[in-house]
Amino acid sequence: MISFEIPPFIQNQLQMIRMVAEQAMRPYSRELDENEHERPQAFVQMTWPFTQQMVKSSLKPLMAQANGNGSNGSNGSAKPKREGPDFNMLSFIMMIEQLSWGDAGQYLCLPHPMLGGAAVDSAGTPEQRVRFLKKFTEGDPKWGAMAITEPGAGSDNSAMRTTAVLDSDTNEWVLNGEKVFITNGALALKESDGLCVVWATVDPSAGRAGIKSFVVEGNTPGVTIAKQEHKLGIRASDTVALHFDNARIPYENMLGEHSPQPTESRKGFQGAMKTFDASRPAVAASAIGIARAALEFTKDKLAEEDIVIDYTKSLHELTAVERDVIEMEARYKGAWLLTLRATAHMAHGESNRLEASMCKYRAGDAVTWITQKSVELLGPKGYTREWLVEKWMRDAKINDIYEGTKQINQLIVARSILGYSRRELK
Amino acid sequence: MLDFRPDEEQKMLTETISRYTRERVRKVYRDAEEDGEIPAALVRAGWEIGLLPTALPEEYGGFGDYSAVTGALALEEFAWGDLAVTLYVMTPNLVAIPVLLCGTEEQKASYLPRFCDEAPPRVTAALTEPAVQFSPYKLKTTAVRDGDEYVLNGSKTFVPLADNAEMILVYANEDGITQAFIVPTDAEGVVVGDRNKLMGIRSLPANLVTLNNVHVPASSKVGGETGIDFSLILNHSRVALGAAAVGMARAGFEYARDYAKERVQFGEPIAHRQSIAFMLADMATEVDEARLLVWETAWMLDQGQDVTREATIMKQQVDRMVMQVADRAVQILGGYGYIREYPVELWLRNARGFATFDGLAMI
Ligand SMILES: Cc1cc2nc3c(=O)[nH]c(=O)nc-3n(C[C@H](O)[C@H](O)[C@H](O)COP(=O)(O)OP(=O)(O)OC[C@H]3O[C@@H](n4cnc5c(N)ncnc54)[C@H](O)[C@@H]3O)c2cc1C
Repeated sequence: MISFEIPPFIQNQLQMIRMVAEQAMRPYSRELDENEHERPQAFVQMTWPFTQQMVKSSLKPLMAQANGNGSNGSNGSAKPKREGPDFNMLSFIMMIEQLSWGDAGQYLCLPHPMLGGAAVDSAGTPEQRVRFLKKFTEGDPKWGAMAITEPGAGSDNSAMRTTAVLDSDTNEWVLNGEKVFITNGALALKESDGLCVVWATVDPSAGRAGIKSFVVEGNTPGVTIAKQEHKLGIRASDTVALHFDNARIPYENMLGEHSPQPTESRKGFQGAMKTFDASRPAVAASAIGIARAALEFTKDKLAEEDIVIDYTKSLHELTAVERDVIEMEARYKGAWLLTLRATAHMAHGESNRLEASMCKYRAGDAVTWITQKSVELLGPKGYTREWLVEKWMRDAKINDIYEGTKQINQLIVARSILGYSRRELK
Repeated sequence: MLDFRPDEEQKMLTETISRYTRERVRKVYRDAEEDGEIPAALVRAGWEIGLLPTALPEEYGGFGDYSAVTGALALEEFAWGDLAVTLYVMTPNLVAIPVLLCGTEEQKASYLPRFCDEAPPRVTAALTEPAVQFSPYKLKTTAVRDGDEYVLNGSKTFVPLADNAEMILVYANEDGITQAFIVPTDAEGVVVGDRNKLMGIRSLPANLVTLNNVHVPASSKVGGETGIDFSLILNHSRVALGAAAVGMARAGFEYARDYAKERVQFGEPIAHRQSIAFMLADMATEVDEARLLVWETAWMLDQGQDVTREATIMKQQVDRMVMQVADRAVQILGGYGYIREYPVELWLRNARGFATFDGLAMI
């Protein structure tokens, strides 16, 4: 039944998260923006206990399953049966929105499996999910990352060159190659005992079928940080280039079921695509958080100038600024509803690939436009670094780019609605 | 919990409407538009689906299950067939819903059962006024209390089916507040004027109506002494029109999509080109987004919340969306899009109307 109700316990959680955003994020926003590559200590301290709880609760059904039915541990790819909707997904999406309202760059530094976790969840077996994610429930803060992009493989990530070769003597995978623009790469691999899911090919001649995902854990020898990027926005976020130089990882760290002939199925690459079904709504939610921050701030500042919107005015009576604000509100709300739809479909166990791409590109588009409008509407003051709107405008733009650019997501939507293959619509 | 899936009953309802639009409306709507007339049998069949009686409570002869969300689903499906036919079939709603929402117990008891009859009562409503700067909250038509009567003066336009109506719900300005009055068309001073010559929805007869010192008993003011909550009525209308716009936009999107897959230029279907395919992706996404905005506003109405702000935001966005989608549909068909043998030009003409159709549909 159609409903827009957010369960009360999630609403309560959000109040707590809003406190985190107000106390541990906003006060440091400017400082972290001006001092790139500094880490958001306050935010990490405050959120680590909370994310540990979250990961614990998401692993609980898996652990119960492993205990109840031990033989099913390693080869059971069957998902644990779920009764009713999956609230974790919705609560995570709502949390991302609220944290990004606080500061999108800091949010990306959340000590949490993040994209790496999404990849382990989508492509890993239940046993692997427990094995790799358990460390996020104990000890010091840890980070997760995912590495797909390479210098020659951006939008066309099937063109990746990083190789994984099995050394049958030691039963290890040997990784070689270069990944770029990896969010949390340094935090996950050098500054904590985290993990990075690395996509690599086991057979460069096999195209997509050869691409598999591998879990590289923190402090693995042979992995180096080749570069720390300097960015337009989200400067608090850690973005690095990674070099893999004979990095060795255990055989069991390849995600998914292990067949002797890994190239026989395209499952590996489909795992990557499945990761996006969960991660695109997450990116959209982050975009929306920034949009809401800018919108609320802009409305507050306009109110101080006695510009308050009367929603019963007709188009002729509204000023150009008022019409802009109403359009900003509409674009914000529309993109958020698309995001909630993609999330709810997933929570109810329905396919959401089309919806995920729709919300991702629409949210990126909306936040980019809304934040640019905010700077415009706030005049000379809006352009100063005294206020955060100019930063939000710079932060916002990343949402048009990562997790599939706007165009790539339009392409996915277009193929889906036209029933076209990759060959028919390039 | 958040959920975007219609339930079984809603699916059955939209399936019924969809059968009607596919098998009946789409067969004749184009000729109807050219002729300026909708076949009576088509209207009857539309009424027989029974949308309005299902929305009215049992005590007034209906089935007692009012829901704005269900109404929005139904209207989208109806308008996918044709907007003018939808507005024609739904004209009785323009009186029934405001009376249901804001009428006194007496008014409800005396009017609502008539909407559950086999044939709908011949009633309509008059909100829009013939002016460039029109605001439903600041009407120029006036209502002045005179003893136990009201005296109405002013001009109205876009009054659907006024020619054939026995009664018109007239919105008028009483001391700066929009109120509604039940006015028999045979009252002295009511003049049903010329039929409107409109850019679109040409198969829907609509007229100018003038009120010259029309006296009606005070009891004909909807809601009695306290009157109506006009925002509530307008918000219901905006949800209805929003849903209709989504339905028509979806029709435009689907037509353009299918055409683009068939039409071959430069040796390939034009849909193989990104410039066409991306327009279609945007159309699909914007239609979905608009639908969600409509649903959210409808759902909040069903929860009894004041949605004046949401309905305004939603309606302005939907109006932009439907124009853009209809315009791109014409573009995708190229020269054929400009020819009246193809439906897309009609949808473009209809789309432009939504910004001025306030009060022309109601759920
Ligand atoms: C701050 C930041 C963080 C990132 N984090 C990560 C991360 O954690 N992990 C990771 O793996 N990657 C990450 N990325 C990489 C990001 O996903 C890529 O930058 C993105 O996918 C685009 O690839 P590209 O930069 O090579 O651009 P290109 O692929 O070269 O694209 C250039 C332009 O061409 C367009 N284009 C390309 N192909 C098509 C087509 N078929 N049709 C139409 N238009 C097309 C694109 O839309 C774009 O506008 C991050 C990037 C940044 C900037």
